[in-house]
Amino acid sequence: MQDIVLLKDVYKIYTMGDVKVTALNGVSLAIKKGEFVAIMGASGSGKSTLMNILGCLDSPTRGKYYLEDVEVSRFSKNELAEIRNKKLGFVFQSFNLLSRTTIVENIELPLIYSKRISKRDIDKIHQMMRILGLEGLQKHYPNQLSGGQQQRVAIARAIVNDPTILLADEPTGNLDSTTSKDVMNVLTDLNHNMGITIVLVTHETDIAGYARRVVVLKDGKVLSDTPSPSSATPVVQAPRETAS
Amino acid sequence: MTALFKIALRAIMRNKLRSSLTILGIVIGVGAVIVMVSIGQGAKAFVEKQLESLGTNVLIIIPISTTHAAARGTTGTITLTAEDVFAIGKECGTVSHVSPGIRTTTQVVYGNMNWTTGVSGAGPDYQIIRNWQLENGRFLTQQDVNIMAKVCVLGRTVVNNLFGTLDPVDKWVRVKNIPFKVIGVLSAKGQSPTGQDQDDMVLMPYTTVQRKILGVTHIGYALASTITAESRFEAIEQITSLLRQRHRLRPNEENDFTVISQVEFASTVMETSRTMTILLGSIALVSLFVGGIGIMNIMLVSTTERTKEIGLRMAVGARENDILFQFLIESTVLSSIGGIVGIIFGIFTSKLVSYYGGWPSLLSSPSIAVAFLFSNMVGIFFGYYPARKASRLNPIEALRYE
Ligand SMILES: Nc1ncnc2c1ncn2[C@@H]1O[C@H](COP(=O)(O)OP(=O)(O)OP(=O)(O)O)[C@@H](O)[C@H]1O
Ligand SMILES: [Mg+2]
Repeated sequence: MQDIVLLKDVYKIYTMGDVKVTALNGVSLAIKKGEFVAIMGASGSGKSTLMNILGCLDSPTRGKYYLEDVEVSRFSKNELAEIRNKKLGFVFQSFNLLSRTTIVENIELPLIYSKRISKRDIDKIHQMMRILGLEGLQKHYPNQLSGGQQQRVAIARAIVNDPTILLADEPTGNLDSTTSKDVMNVLTDLNHNMGITIVLVTHETDIAGYARRVVVLKDGKVLSDTPSPSSATPVVQAPRETAS
Repeated sequence: MTALFKIALRAIMRNKLRSSLTILGIVIGVGAVIVMVSIGQGAKAFVEKQLESLGTNVLIIIPISTTHAAARGTTGTITLTAEDVFAIGKECGTVSHVSPGIRTTTQVVYGNMNWTTGVSGAGPDYQIIRNWQLENGRFLTQQDVNIMAKVCVLGRTVVNNLFGTLDPVDKWVRVKNIPFKVIGVLSAKGQSPTGQDQDDMVLMPYTTVQRKILGVTHIGYALASTITAESRFEAIEQITSLLRQRHRLRPNEENDFTVISQVEFASTVMETSRTMTILLGSIALVSLFVGGIGIMNIMLVSTTERTKEIGLRMAVGARENDILFQFLIESTVLSSIGGIVGIIFGIFTSKLVSYYGGWPSLLSSPSIAVAFLFSNMVGIFFGYYPARKASRLNPIEALRYE
């Protein structure tokens, strides 16, 4: 199977005045289609920075990023916007739904930037909402929903454009443990049944347990890259790339 | 694009009070533009019509100067006579035609029909001075004046009301129970600049009106045409000194008559309209500028409040231009709403001004379109900076904004 994500020796260095912060210090990583990867590590280890680069929200200072064999690390802002629109889906810790905008309109948001929304899109959104247990909430507003429901709406929004990868930075960070389980089951289902590739950042080992591969970062480097202990059959073996 | 409009409208409706306060400057500015243009154009049309209906070389002489009238009340002896008018015609070199005039309002009867209208006494030159055309028959002659002939020339409105489709020439109408023979019909002239029906009138020899209808010896006014439009100033001087002499006024006495030139009257109107235009123009400019700043301010607030939303939109694929247009459309829709309200407000105000102030106003669709375009431009111009600022946000930082 081909690598849909390939990071080659990626650095991200933030310069603030004359202080330089190396958030990513030579990260190499390959992810294959259908994987479910958890990224862990201490606070400040570079998890969010890595997610931002994977999500084409930011470009690496040095190194290369291939998304489906296309080098996106040197793309312009507009090209990156288009990649995000077509190939990526985001789930955030704070759900980031638009208030005073109905659930359906929140879910279809990525579509309005690429095309005219058709009857088929609406049908698909309704079907998706049924699968995610959001039936009948179409015309509701985010503040009328529970946290878990809101996060499921965010997941629906993230997959409405059939992304290559779903990126979730601490998606359960704002949820209690029951709701967290609920959301993780949704993500696992999407990975299992629909074959959606998922990369997830978490602090919690039990959340990471839902993934089949765990990448641990430390000081901007990959410390370890192993199959998840609780996942019985790792689909893929982590590629052996040499860092730095 | 429609999606962006929806987003913009929703954002505006979200803060109705804030939005209405923001557009107030635009409303006043655009309203002032509308009033300014309609008053300016109204004045221009009024003056043009006035000049057209009376000619640039026509002088009107009315007895008793305005100051006299105020001092004595209107009951003072009226001193302008037909002889004065003939003297003007004979002795003032710059005057080409003169006609005495006298007016009254009375009922005209034909068969079982009657119509109340203005009856004007006139001389034969009246037609030349006013440059009126006949639709049928003939005008008054010197002979008619000399013998106080019981003849009349009818305006179109009078004909329509008394005769319908019949040809009135050679028919007889009655005024104060005296039969008058209809000798001619004036061509239709339509409304006067002040909105009066110029065809609602009957012309008779002035001698007939004086003796047979009113029983007086003086005249109401006189019309004089000068040989050229430029010679009117000289004519005013000549007429003034002649009449002062004829009325035996001592040097310290005021004129007991007034000579009015249409052109001077018109230029007074134009002067006033120009002053009003400048005044309203400044109000418009200041209001639009203040309104524009208000829009810029509210858009800066709005984009800051919605930083997180902008970040999210960017994350799901909005390009710089999508964000730029979203906020540009929002500011433009905002200012356009202000424009529309301002146009309504302006139309209403100009109607009020012309109704209560007696000032003519003329609303033209191009001026309304220009005012609307102007409001759009204010929105684009003042909305550009906040929109651009929003579109240049870094999505990561925008998403992290609290
Ligand atoms: N925009 C920035 N400017 C400067 N330094 C930054 C910026 N973003 C991140 N950093 C720094 O880069 C390092 C890695 O940050 P990052 O947010 O990736 O950590 P993280 O692993 O996500 O931590 P956490 O678990 O707390 O979310 C940190 O030292 C952080 O201070
Ligand atoms: Mg983080």
